[in-house]
Amino acid sequence: MISYIVRRLLWMIPTLFFVALITFILMHAAPGGPWDRDLSARQVDPRTQELLNKEFGLDKPLFINTEGGNPLDSQFFNYIGGALRGNLGPSYRQRGMNVEDILFKPPEGKPIWNSKFGYSLRLGLLALGLAVLFGIPLGTIGALRRNTVIDYFSLLISTIGISVPSFVLAIFLIVLLAGRLKLIKIVQQDWSSPGAWIVPGVILGFGTFAFITRLTRSQMLEVMQQDYVRTARAKGLSEKVVVARHMLRNALIPVVTIIGPALAGLVTGSFIIEQMFSFPGSGREFVQSISRRDYSMIMGTTLLYAVLVALANLTVDITYGFLDPRIKVGK
Amino acid sequence: MTVQTPTLDPTSTMVLSRPPRSLWRDAWVRFTKNKLAIIAAVVLFLFTLVAIFAPLLAPHDPLKIYDGKGYLPPSWVAKGPTGQAGDSQFIFGTDSLGRDVLSRVIYGSRVSLVVGIIPVIIILLVGVAVGMVAGYMGGRVDNFTMRFGDILYAFPDLLFFIIVMTALRDTPVGKLMNGLVLLFIALAITSWIGLARLVRGQVLSLKEKEFVEASRMVGAKHGRIMFKHILPNCLGPIIVYTAIRIPALIIAEAVLGYLGLGLRPSTNSKDIFITSWGALMLDGQSAINAQPWLLMAPAIAVAVVVLAFNFVGDGLRDALDPRLRDR
Repeated sequence: MISYIVRRLLWMIPTLFFVALITFILMHAAPGGPWDRDLSARQVDPRTQELLNKEFGLDKPLFINTEGGNPLDSQFFNYIGGALRGNLGPSYRQRGMNVEDILFKPPEGKPIWNSKFGYSLRLGLLALGLAVLFGIPLGTIGALRRNTVIDYFSLLISTIGISVPSFVLAIFLIVLLAGRLKLIKIVQQDWSSPGAWIVPGVILGFGTFAFITRLTRSQMLEVMQQDYVRTARAKGLSEKVVVARHMLRNALIPVVTIIGPALAGLVTGSFIIEQMFSFPGSGREFVQSISRRDYSMIMGTTLLYAVLVALANLTVDITYGFLDPRIKVGK
Repeated sequence: MTVQTPTLDPTSTMVLSRPPRSLWRDAWVRFTKNKLAIIAAVVLFLFTLVAIFAPLLAPHDPLKIYDGKGYLPPSWVAKGPTGQAGDSQFIFGTDSLGRDVLSRVIYGSRVSLVVGIIPVIIILLVGVAVGMVAGYMGGRVDNFTMRFGDILYAFPDLLFFIIVMTALRDTPVGKLMNGLVLLFIALAITSWIGLARLVRGQVLSLKEKEFVEASRMVGAKHGRIMFKHILPNCLGPIIVYTAIRIPALIIAEAVLGYLGLGLRPSTNSKDIFITSWGALMLDGQSAINAQPWLLMAPAIAVAVVVLAFNFVGDGLRDALDPRLRDR
């Protein structure tokens, strides 16, 4: 088991390396450099540019340094080296800020979870919490009361939630809740009150909720036909015990294993919701860095998200191995 | 004494009570019994017609600016946020410049249609070819392609589309057909891996089957075995995968358009692709409070088409693989 985890962790290294490489190549294929975009600012004269290029290492070759010395003394490998030490380089557009400061540094005197990434993480956790809280019971009831109104309702809700993208649902809900019912403000400035988080949290989590509902339902339906459930009933156990101990425990194994990837998906996939609600998270920062063409910011955020997704995918196999001893992942 | 041996009357027992049905015929019968899937298929058929015949169906020129008629509410609204009443000429109202929203949504369907077709063709060609070869050859070829796939798989899909579009939008490739060509490439470049994996898995189990062995014994060439014997047996999963992949591509296009990274809205009335649903939503976003219909019309369109694709996909899956029912 441990050797398996280590092997999977090691396999992450080349994966992330190539993710970084592809992103780096693409960002360099983009026209324009750090000095020629911001037309509103004072133009930098050639001599200063040269010095600045030297200062930031932009005079070095892109990938392999063939001019003697260390062949790895190139822009790409210096970037990787920096990223490993937690230095994602300066932002193109936000003067004097490093990418990791923008993402992880909370405002003066605030705790760490008030950073941009902290906000996104909390929103993702809220969305996941809501999805689990409502998805598992709805899926369970749907399976237990199969082919009743409540089952059809749960199927309908989960089909809509899985197929319709969250930002389209968000549009409907915003128009309904803010436009018609005047329940929420669209431009929510005060994110310190918990009530403001509910609507974006619900919208963000809806797809995951739908997925969990459907997964729970289908797993329950399968478990219900197992022999051990019949045995449990035959022993005379109460229905409550049969459902809770014999069915749910087994049916929820796949549900538990998808929680890691689901959280990663919610944190990395929240950018549109964040943008819609002017939510001060890393997702909105990412969207804005796209329109500002802040290449270093795009790269840094992409790398961070890729690491999150890779780690989350790793948790699937590991939790599976722990929860279901029949599965031998080491092989 | 002679024992009368009952003679088998060939005409009575050897003839099946009904003509045999092929797998595909069976699947078709199952599919047509699924009402939801049939309704969804009809919706998709209408959607295709709307996209193709947009110029005939659109009540107005989607680019024509009606002066002084900006921000009209839908025709059934008596008093919009700007104080104007709806105009029966403009069923879904007009946008900030006074262009007809309904016509723009009708034209927007064209982008969603091609996004659901062209990248899918690329995905099918590449995914099936790579999956077949990797699964059939095995060994080092298989290992290499699967590891390569792992790496591309680690990229979150949408993030990859976003960085490709941001990086290459202003290059010559990115400007072809208002950015559509790059959009197709971006969407196709990661999605073939899923299909390749699926096909490879199928091929791995199929190539050990007796009928493949038999055809190898009679001297069939690799190409013939792959395309005559193995491929037809993989078709079911391939069709289901495709049906499920199409709505994902349509959503991806809408997201990219919404971020301002999809098709560049055109102002040239000769263009076939004038705007996309994603781009329309981006337009509508700025006036979400006052003029929600600008956002609602394309959002409803996306939701309906995507739902329809999903229902058809589910129907196909149930029809082609009945064991997977109720999942």
